[in-house]
Amino acid sequence: MAEIFWLIPFVPAASALVLVLFGRRLPKRYVSFQACGAVFVSFGLAAFSFLGLLNASPEHGPLIKTLFSWIGVGAFKAGFSFQFDPLSAIMALVVTGVGFLIHIYSVGYMSQDKGYARYFAHLNLFTFAMLVLVLASNMVLMFVGWEGVGLCSYLLIGFWFEKPSAAKAGMKAFIVNRIGDAGFVLGILFLVMTVGSSEFSAIEAAIGNGLLSQGLATLIAILLFIGACGKSAQLPLHVWLPDAMEGPTPVSALIHAATMVTAGVYMVARLNVLYTFSGTVGPIVALVGALTAVFAATMALVQNDIKRVLAYSTISQLGYMFIGCGVGAYAAGIFHLYTHAFFKSLLFLAAGSVIHALSGEQDMRRMGGLKKYLPWTYPVFLVGAVAIAGVPFLSGFFSKDAILTQAFGQRQYVIWVLGLAGAVMTAFYMFRLIFLTFYGGERLDPEAKKHLHESPKVMTVPLAILAFFSITAGYVGLPAVLGKKADVFGRFLEPVIKPAAEGHLGLGTEWFLILISVVVAFLGIFIAHAFYLKKPGIPHGLVARFPRFYKLLYNKYYVDEIYDGAVVNPLITGSEWIYGHFDLKVIDGTVNSSASAAGFFGKILSYLQTGLVKDYALIFLLGIVIFIGVLLF
Amino acid sequence: MIPASYFFLLSVILFVLGIIAFFLKRDLITQLMSVEIMLNAANLAFLALAKSSNFLDAQVIVFFIITVAAAEAAIGLAIIMLIFRQKKSIKTEDMRSMKG
Amino acid sequence: MMILLFFVLSVICVGSVLGMIISKNQAYSALFLVLAFSCLGGLFGILGAPFMAVVQIIIYAGAIMVLFIFVIMMINLRKGISPERKKWTLAVSAVIAVVLLAELVFAVLGASPMPETAASASGTSPTDIGRLLFTKYLYPFEITSVLIISALVGAIVLVKKREKE
Repeated sequence: MAEIFWLIPFVPAASALVLVLFGRRLPKRYVSFQACGAVFVSFGLAAFSFLGLLNASPEHGPLIKTLFSWIGVGAFKAGFSFQFDPLSAIMALVVTGVGFLIHIYSVGYMSQDKGYARYFAHLNLFTFAMLVLVLASNMVLMFVGWEGVGLCSYLLIGFWFEKPSAAKAGMKAFIVNRIGDAGFVLGILFLVMTVGSSEFSAIEAAIGNGLLSQGLATLIAILLFIGACGKSAQLPLHVWLPDAMEGPTPVSALIHAATMVTAGVYMVARLNVLYTFSGTVGPIVALVGALTAVFAATMALVQNDIKRVLAYSTISQLGYMFIGCGVGAYAAGIFHLYTHAFFKSLLFLAAGSVIHALSGEQDMRRMGGLKKYLPWTYPVFLVGAVAIAGVPFLSGFFSKDAILTQAFGQRQYVIWVLGLAGAVMTAFYMFRLIFLTFYGGERLDPEAKKHLHESPKVMTVPLAILAFFSITAGYVGLPAVLGKKADVFGRFLEPVIKPAAEGHLGLGTEWFLILISVVVAFLGIFIAHAFYLKKPGIPHGLVARFPRFYKLLYNKYYVDEIYDGAVVNPLITGSEWIYGHFDLKVIDGTVNSSASAAGFFGKILSYLQTGLVKDYALIFLLGIVIFIGVLLF
Repeated sequence: MIPASYFFLLSVILFVLGIIAFFLKRDLITQLMSVEIMLNAANLAFLALAKSSNFLDAQVIVFFIITVAAAEAAIGLAIIMLIFRQKKSIKTEDMRSMKG
Repeated sequence: MMILLFFVLSVICVGSVLGMIISKNQAYSALFLVLAFSCLGGLFGILGAPFMAVVQIIIYAGAIMVLFIFVIMMINLRKGISPERKKWTLAVSAVIAVVLLAELVFAVLGASPMPETAASASGTSPTDIGRLLFTKYLYPFEITSVLIISALVGAIVLVKKREKE
């Protein structure tokens, strides 16, 4: 039943092709129908295959379907083959399911845009690439999907390419990704060199029979992780994600919240055997994740653009996922990926709804008191915020708690503390956002207020569905305190994710940790409430007392400026220098001088063309004489 | 009895004389005539070959050469007539339109 | 006896070619050439090819040179055209001609010695040539006849005066 899974990527691919070729000439309604329908069909196929997987016996191992043998150079072979196992099933369901809802939402959000067909073509293409990424059975094909999503990200961030800031943001995203990809490719190279193949099964086998040494495994893991940092916006390659908010909001929801940025986490989880085997790389991953989580959260505290807050929040939450993977709790990391997809895309889409209602306003300083005007958007936004803050009984609580508990269990106390700090800040900045946007006095622009309206059903219904899942999705992964059988999610992933050495915590300790998480979440909400509702003067007072600290946070720790000065500008200056000295003088010079040399010789030779046949005959004769001479001697 | 090399030498001399005539003369008709001289020198050589190696086919070749030379001379002279009609001169220095 | 004849004929031949080169008058050049061709005809006879000798005299000396003389008369130049006077071209041509002469003489003399010509000028009869022409060289023969026709037609077409203009 699950054998048809290999069709899953190709339905959106076909739709994308049609839209690219004919999109502009097709009526808008048809475009919407085809684009959304394609993803829906994909989702159906994914669900169908998933059911098939559930019914199959677990000893089979992953289902692999090779479409054709794609690369065969000497000893290196890579097939165009897909793999379906619990991990790829979950990823495929998330991509197609959340993707479908976002497609529906986009029908409403982008309805006035002239690039309608192009938008959906890119979105479908992205879906295809992401599905290739998660369904690939070897690293090389995964890399194809990796690059494909990078490309679509560039296309969609720079969707409104007439805006220079959008175009620049698209380029920045692509280039920073590329830097990570350099590491990724090197990792693949080393892998293929030692193991001989990039198939996941081959990698696991190589570790099993000792073909891969621990040192080499560490090197490969680090290189691949560099790629993951680029794709998943971890320190120090996080700079592209906030700028990526130049793209349309549904794009931010799909690509920069739910799917593309999670590719790095997926990759680490897929290669969990490698990362566990290496031993030393786990703590590095966890540390980078933890630092990123805290770092990004601090920046989210002071942002005024509603989408930027969410962007930094995404970076921060991705850090949590890497913490999970770093401490060996890969299943917990994927669990957080899964719940985060729901509530983060919900938050982005709801923010999009607010922006849409305010005719494009994104600055929270010009919002306020919107609660009564947006009866659908406000509740779902609240649900999303509550979920991400880690309030009990919603999905975010279960996933975040799973990660932090595992971290504590592995005795990574520093990481645990950093995670808690991040959790406080998460709750704080999310509720700061809610209070600034929906509560308090109205600071709206009068023009915007005139057109204030709730979003159409086509946008609010997906929001409601996502809100529903933000609440309920967590229940498949209940913490171990409620019994071993409660973690359905983790057990489902067991064939793929070999759990690392489990830290055994006493029941009391586990309950205690849960309690701390809850306290931390409510603490954040309480502080936000105090700052922004009870005594709105406090934030301004704090800014006045610590002006330089505030400036540091507001300017994102000047990271962009540092990169500009240290890397970008020297490269540009260097390139211009080389252009002037080498490109113009040497290369152009060589070409031009060979042309003029030809002309010069031509001119000389033209003296032979006197027009007199006699002279030509003389030259014939000369030739004959020489020829006979050569023959004779 | 006459060594064949004498005939070949004579043929060579006639050929070189033809070449000299071609380069020395400045009008078209005499140049065409010098080409005929060269052809005849070749004929002589072929016949000497035929005699010395008892190879009869060489005489047939000479037959063809004479025939083709006749046809070529006719056409060449027709062209010279045309040129004279156009340019009113048969000096080769005046035929310079292919210069450059 | 034969050698004497050979030398006489060859001297006259070379001499008339030289005369053709030196003379400024084209008609004289043509006449010198007629003499040369006739001598060549004789030489062909010595070489034991009587058919070729006769063909040479009839066609070359008789027809081709007459054509040349016709054209010379039609072009009707009052003054002759003197040979080339530019020193440079003369020098180069002379040098090349000498080099060529040297090479060819070297080639001839250095070649493997050929058997002497047969004592008796028994001559090949036209029958033998005819036999070859119609068997082994049939195709060239037929094609040559086409060639002659095309030359004929070509010459007429080329020189025909256009009526309209």
